[in-house]
Amino acid sequence: MSAVPADSARAQQEERENFLVFSKGFLSWALTLDHKRIGLMYLIGVMSAFFLAGILALLIRLELMTPTNTYMNNQTYNQIFTLHGAIMVFLFIIPSVPAALGNFLVPIMLGAKDVAFPRLNLCSFYLWVSGAIFFLAAMFYTGLDTGWTFYTPYSTTTQGPVVAATLGVFILGFSSIFTGLNFIVTINTMRPPGMSWFKMPLFLWATYATSIIQVLATPVLGITVLLLAAERLMHIGIFDPEYNGDPVTYQHFFWFYSHPAVYIMILPGMGIISELMSVHSHKSIFGYRFIAYSSIAIALFGFLVWGHHMFTSGMADVTTIIFSALTFTVSIPSAIKVFNWLATMYKGTVQLNTPMLYALSFIFLFTIGGLTGLWLGALSTDRVLHDTYFVVAHFHYVMVGGTLVGFLGGVFHWWPKMTGKMFSELWGKVSCALVFIGFNLTFLPQFVLGSRGMPRRYAQYVPEFQELHVISSIGAFILGIGLFVALGVVIHSLMRGRKAPPNPWGGATLEWQCSSPPPYYNFATPPRVNDPYDYTPLEYRDAERGWEYVHPPTTDTPATEPEPART
Amino acid sequence: MSAEAAIHGEAHGHDDGHGHSPFLAHHFDDAEQQYDSGKLGMWLFLVTEVLFFSGMFCAYALYRSLHPEVWTFASQFLNETLGAFNTGVLLFSSLTMAWGVRCAQLRQHKGLVICLAMTLGCAAIFLGVKAIEYTHKWDLGLLPAGSYESQYLPGMHHSGPSSWLYVLSAIPALCVVGFGIWYGLSLAKGDKQKSEVAGPLLVTALCYFVGVGIGLAFESAEAGEHGDVAHAVAHTDGEHTVDGHAGDAHAAAAGGDEHATEEHGEEHVEEPVADVAASPAFQSEELNKLLASPGETTMVASAAEEAAQVAKPGEATEAEVDQRGGAGLFFSIYYCMTGVHAIHILGGMIVLTWLLVRATKNHFNEEYFGPVDYVGLYWHIVDLIWIYLFPLLYLIK
Amino acid sequence: MLLADVNETFWFPPKASTFAQETDSFFMAIMWISTFFFVLIVGVMLYFMTQYRRRPGYRGDSRALHNNALEITWTVIPTIIVIWIFARGVYGYMDMVRPPAETIDINVTARKWDWSFQYPNGAISDTLHVPVNKAVRLRMRSVDVLHSFFVPAFRAKTDLVPGRVTTMWFEPIQEGIYDLFCTEYCGDQHSEMIKRQGVFVTSYDEYEQWLAEAAKPPTHPVAHGYWLYARRGCKSCHSVEPDRRIVGPSFAKSYGESLTTSTGESVVFDENYIRESILNPQAKAREGYQNASQMPSYQGQLTEDELMAITAFLQAMKQDDFISVVADEDGLTKEDAISLGFGDEEDSAETAEAGAQEETAEGDGTRPESEEASGEATSPDAEQDQ
Repeated sequence: MSAVPADSARAQQEERENFLVFSKGFLSWALTLDHKRIGLMYLIGVMSAFFLAGILALLIRLELMTPTNTYMNNQTYNQIFTLHGAIMVFLFIIPSVPAALGNFLVPIMLGAKDVAFPRLNLCSFYLWVSGAIFFLAAMFYTGLDTGWTFYTPYSTTTQGPVVAATLGVFILGFSSIFTGLNFIVTINTMRPPGMSWFKMPLFLWATYATSIIQVLATPVLGITVLLLAAERLMHIGIFDPEYNGDPVTYQHFFWFYSHPAVYIMILPGMGIISELMSVHSHKSIFGYRFIAYSSIAIALFGFLVWGHHMFTSGMADVTTIIFSALTFTVSIPSAIKVFNWLATMYKGTVQLNTPMLYALSFIFLFTIGGLTGLWLGALSTDRVLHDTYFVVAHFHYVMVGGTLVGFLGGVFHWWPKMTGKMFSELWGKVSCALVFIGFNLTFLPQFVLGSRGMPRRYAQYVPEFQELHVISSIGAFILGIGLFVALGVVIHSLMRGRKAPPNPWGGATLEWQCSSPPPYYNFATPPRVNDPYDYTPLEYRDAERGWEYVHPPTTDTPATEPEPART
Repeated sequence: MSAEAAIHGEAHGHDDGHGHSPFLAHHFDDAEQQYDSGKLGMWLFLVTEVLFFSGMFCAYALYRSLHPEVWTFASQFLNETLGAFNTGVLLFSSLTMAWGVRCAQLRQHKGLVICLAMTLGCAAIFLGVKAIEYTHKWDLGLLPAGSYESQYLPGMHHSGPSSWLYVLSAIPALCVVGFGIWYGLSLAKGDKQKSEVAGPLLVTALCYFVGVGIGLAFESAEAGEHGDVAHAVAHTDGEHTVDGHAGDAHAAAAGGDEHATEEHGEEHVEEPVADVAASPAFQSEELNKLLASPGETTMVASAAEEAAQVAKPGEATEAEVDQRGGAGLFFSIYYCMTGVHAIHILGGMIVLTWLLVRATKNHFNEEYFGPVDYVGLYWHIVDLIWIYLFPLLYLIK
Repeated sequence: MLLADVNETFWFPPKASTFAQETDSFFMAIMWISTFFFVLIVGVMLYFMTQYRRRPGYRGDSRALHNNALEITWTVIPTIIVIWIFARGVYGYMDMVRPPAETIDINVTARKWDWSFQYPNGAISDTLHVPVNKAVRLRMRSVDVLHSFFVPAFRAKTDLVPGRVTTMWFEPIQEGIYDLFCTEYCGDQHSEMIKRQGVFVTSYDEYEQWLAEAAKPPTHPVAHGYWLYARRGCKSCHSVEPDRRIVGPSFAKSYGESLTTSTGESVVFDENYIRESILNPQAKAREGYQNASQMPSYQGQLTEDELMAITAFLQAMKQDDFISVVADEDGLTKEDAISLGFGDEEDSAETAEAGAQEETAEGDGTRPESEEASGEATSPDAEQDQ
């Protein structure tokens, strides 16, 4: 811990009571009910999962440098891409923002002491851990080669621990459901007096929308993987054509969850960006209600579009066309968000620090990810591009360029709050630049590969495609280096970082009102509930290198009700 | 169920001196906020439960619409009497559960314990009857698609309790012994609270065997009155290979018409089906027999109309449905739906036991009755799901 | 058709079917729309980044702005654009799923990890031959797991779903040789389930000529066996080089050997073992082959004569000379066959690759067989096609 100002009793008390050190010992963490500690444990967990799956991604790119088997045979390649996909999706992206950052932030942003069900919250975390162990043990034991989608009948006939892996997914699903349930109840019942629905920070709106999807979609995944396990163990014949089942039914069941799950992945990222754009532009968010409603719209439309994963699998024409039409409805709210974020910068004071650079990268990358969705939603082009590298590039732009970059931006933004340490701005920016360049270099060539006809999940490929694959692999290694630099930055800050002020960025949401890191009880006195995007009463103090309220706003400020346009 | 346990677990021991109920968790402002949170959480959990089952309901609807003949054929193996009895038992348990919530709100300690005990007992009776239904089907080879044994193979006999029943009943039997000893000890020690828990649990474990007894009685009554459906069907294998129309009518009627079974069944029981089909002599003999007795066929057909309407020309015969393994799909879905439902009953019993323990400790009153209320909601949804399962699986032909 | 239109470009493979022009121009249309919006968004972003960056002497306004007209504009304009994209997508799609009345129907069977194509005259081949400027309709089924038929040059793709029959159609407009890929993950050799240069678009006359040749298997049992080996999917998993394992065991030098099964029994690789392993592969799987779960049963797909021919071929595989000849990619030439002592019927000991030399008179006896096989291959599908 850094030096404590000896003259300040308050500072000493803060130091003593901060949630990191208030109680000590392994059990005080393992059995904690404190949402902040659970959030931090999640953060470490999901980052480990990400590290593991990231190494696998680099192995995939290494193998794809050459058209033939160089470092691994087909079987190993198939197992590695399965592991990469499954770990990234189930262990990293789905819990990343909601479980790690959400757990930390939701109660503090509400000015509450904890989430509504702290035990359930800890239970979720241990479900995540046991699901992860189950899942990883199963996969490393003999190797799983079904792809993360577990499509039948391949998954019912292949060797390997499919049952163990599906039960792992089942457990992880319940972890996700309980987290979502907890957040919905917390946001519904524990908002402080004065914080109406439309005075909530947009991150909470995004979390709320995400939670709705988690609660409504994940049970269907649960029953799907349960039926899949039963199919394998008892041959119940629901999905296996050998016993009168239908593989396309499995695809419907699976995507009914897994498409909304895409929005579980991206919506919280969008929530983070809404916060970051506003705080670092020192400018009230543009079109608050449009952003809030668009989150809910995405969550609801997201339930109606699963069929677009199956345009080539022989659905009826009418069904296909309806799914295509519904798919396009999701693009509108996403576009609205992007335009509102841009307009937020207008006439603001844009601070180009690390979190903001990640947020701007997000807009750049997510725009590409979103626009390339147009090709895949349109029926005739999707017939060509389906299951090619175009799809691979598209969803990586959304999930990595969107969720991961948003997540990193969020981690940098709230890192001072979580740990009480400032990180190195210079190296933070370097990491952002490397991630940005590496990412584009990796995935832009894959669009071309896809439109030229290179199918996904190929361990070997025809030599014409090699050039683009080599570029892509070089990009992947730059991306990898960038992520390692980011990891180095946060680790360095823990050891050498200067002490963070309560409000280093000038944020107006409630978490910036408590000390960094927050005390275990969050707020000694109920925080002042004000407009989460009203920055006028904040002023920068050079001495503390942070922002403070100069004339505290009253709680009855007519806050987010937007003022008339001044232009 | 970890969910409920965890949700309700909130109530434990977070007393940091607010001066209200000892069960008010530290992060809530007041009891009302805690109650509202719990209730909303429970409703959301129930939504996930409904969606969880909805996957199986979708599978049911899909495959029923794809293979209606399979459903018509296979559902005749389910015993509606037992299903109806179980429906009644669950409805009654919902009543006792709701009454229990009322008792908790009115601080009627004894009434609450009795209501919870009755709910638990009904759940145990339900499971006892279910055990009979399951083991009966396992004996007959009415299993999921992969292990389904065709009912048109001869030699499918079912008599008396199955050996599976002894396996399934082992745990309830242990519970009877364990709770019995516990109850005896607590009575001997004069520990009122412990005996209030152990007594109802002992009754619950015994109720399982009541359910088993009732199930056996109904099954044997069914067998005595009508002849065993599967048994009779097994006897009519020959006809199906000869003439789909007449044979179907015959098979379907066999369940309700002893006369038909006596007339045709017995002499072919021991012949493997392949031989029967391969033997031209047999075919012509059977055919002649059927043609020679038009009156009987007509009568049988009219009797069969209600039971099964498979015998439409041009559609698959029952024998075909059965032998290509389609019926196994019905039983896959039957086992998945009723099995997952039974797991929910078991989970409910665990939570009810937890409530019982707390009720005997006098934890609930008009200010703090949330857990009883939430478990009640859960119990009602479990009943409600059965209310849908019963007609879908047993009644609709 | 201009040359520039049909050749490979930066974005696209050759345009070899009627779908290509429509799909590619639509692709580029979305490309221009997307580029416009992307440049707009990123341009505005960069401008705001520089214009309103925090710097000494500049203090921005932090108060909320709002403009409903702006919100509505950027909701309505994208909506109109996506409606247009949707409609044009449907237009192209309807073309792709509605075959014309007159088509050449080809049955496609996919198995791990090979394709087989059955033509209207009963010929079966492992490569796809289609005439130019004629609509071709594929009736496709899979015998094991999901596969997907994709010829990039045709811009045509459809999944093959076990238990269902799926259909697709296309009309080649450009003679040439193209690649065929499987695009639905199907296991170990998914990336090798391709027909590199395996889709032949030829003139109608050449197609007819090829078809006539392809329908005639060699009469010599060994040659017939090899012919089946190359066409019926054996080749993708079983090598003809000693000890080279692709997925299943090598065929070389197996005949007459004593093997250990996965259950520890000892069996002799003889006629009956071969027959059983083809019809019921899991019955006596070899040690180390995971119960032969990857091998599909050929029950009902091969006639008795074909089984005998494969047996004869496997028996011949015990000779070193024969192995070296077969392992040589060109297969059996006339000279090789003679040198191996298949004296009296040497002319027929040829493969289809050398099929031009074949005597037409000897094909007669096999025609009914292949028709029979085709009937067996398609009838279960017809039943399940709903």
